Amino acid sequence: MKAAPYDYVRPSSIEEACTILAEAGGGAQVLAGGQTLMPLLALRMSQPFILVDINHIPELQGVTSVDGGTRVGPITRQNEALVDPILNRDLPTLIRALSHVGHHQTRNRGTIGGSIALGEPAAEMPATAVALGAKVEVRSASQTRFIPADELYFGPYATAIEPDELLTAIHYPAWPDDTITLFREVAMRPGDFALVGLVGALTVEKGVIARAGICWFGMGPTPMKAKSAEVALIGQSIDTLDAAATADLAIADTAPFGDHHATADYRRTVGRRIFVRVLQEALNMRQAA
Amino acid sequence: MSEHKIELTVNGRHHRGTVEGRHTLGDWLRGQAGYTGVHIGCEHGVCGACTVMVDGRAVRSCLMLAVQADGCTVTTVEGLADPDGTLHPVQQALKDCHGLQCGFCTPGIVCTLAALTADGAQPGEEKLTAAMSGHICRCTGYQGIRRAIRQIAGTDTSAAQGAAHAEQGA
Repeated sequence: MKAAPYDYVRPSSIEEACTILAEAGGGAQVLAGGQTLMPLLALRMSQPFILVDINHIPELQGVTSVDGGTRVGPITRQNEALVDPILNRDLPTLIRALSHVGHHQTRNRGTIGGSIALGEPAAEMPATAVALGAKVEVRSASQTRFIPADELYFGPYATAIEPDELLTAIHYPAWPDDTITLFREVAMRPGDFALVGLVGALTVEKGVIARAGICWFGMGPTPMKAKSAEVALIGQSIDTLDAAATADLAIADTAPFGDHHATADYRRTVGRRIFVRVLQEALNMRQAA
Repeated sequence: MSEHKIELTVNGRHHRGTVEGRHTLGDWLRGQAGYTGVHIGCEHGVCGACTVMVDGRAVRSCLMLAVQADGCTVTTVEGLADPDGTLHPVQQALKDCHGLQCGFCTPGIVCTLAALTADGAQPGEEKLTAAMSGHICRCTGYQGIRRAIRQIAGTDTSAAQGAAHAEQGA
């Protein structure tokens, strides 16, 4: 239960961090908040030669409004994000999901970018980035590129971020003020990883769904985007929408596995139920408004 | 394997040390600095027993490296009571309400509650109770801890009564 030996380094700029990552040739691991990584190190599921602590790089910190959306620095702590005025105003769906990330004590250190870059399939932040249509900005010593969140994940803890690349920002697109948040999580206790989780955003214009972004977590090897359900929802009238049929489409886009907490069937059954309930609750609220 | 010099303040005392890059803050506090009130349980962030205050915030000391605490101000359970032995209000509430039994998880719970109520903050019963999701207690069944929280939050008039029940039962 003790981490294997490694060299600890603490760069003070993005350039310095990228140089270290390039020279390490795949043997480095980036440390942000450490609230998922530290257990992986302790369990020796992760055994880097070099641990690159990015907590002292000021450019990676903070939330700013940018043209077309919101830019979140990856080492923004989850508890700081929860009270951030920009995020509370512009991304209530993210705030809702954040309140379910870990426990108060882990949110004091855990970061938004760390969670997204690690890619735990049952975590809230990767799925929320996928649902909201975020893009991540990654930098290496030689280039900067953007990866859409829904192209970021290949499997548990496997991402499109190359070993010599550093996640330097998350760009969330703007969603209108009256966007409806869909969120439900079933876990063994509050703060634990989800057995089944659903996060999404919907916009309605003149009684018709105009935009939908929905993603599951804990329902497969990666965040599972409910693509078929999104497509089916757009253009539908909220008065005649068949929530149960949409839930079937959403479940068809999952690939849950069984573990000692729950079987795959349990996850599908619960997922279908919460999808119907969350969608109906959201639409009822909109019809009443 | 890298070694690093660190300087930090623990419970008002200045400390210097040399740590391996892989040493956790919890292991350093217990093993090198002698703060054995820091209880190491699961060592992977699940149980909450090792929770301490770093720069006033409750964090799990098994999920933070000692080298990362360089320059920080750390408070452990040993640093909360007054020098004359007067307990911190959080400690007193847990004592009054039978909020502990074996005491293994207690230092972490005390640090979380002390951090949330520091400087006169009154987060309220709901928030304090929610923060307890980050702690596992196998003795109390949590009801004593919840009574203590109500005493801390000032929302319970039956705290003493609850403790009396607990004592009768014991």
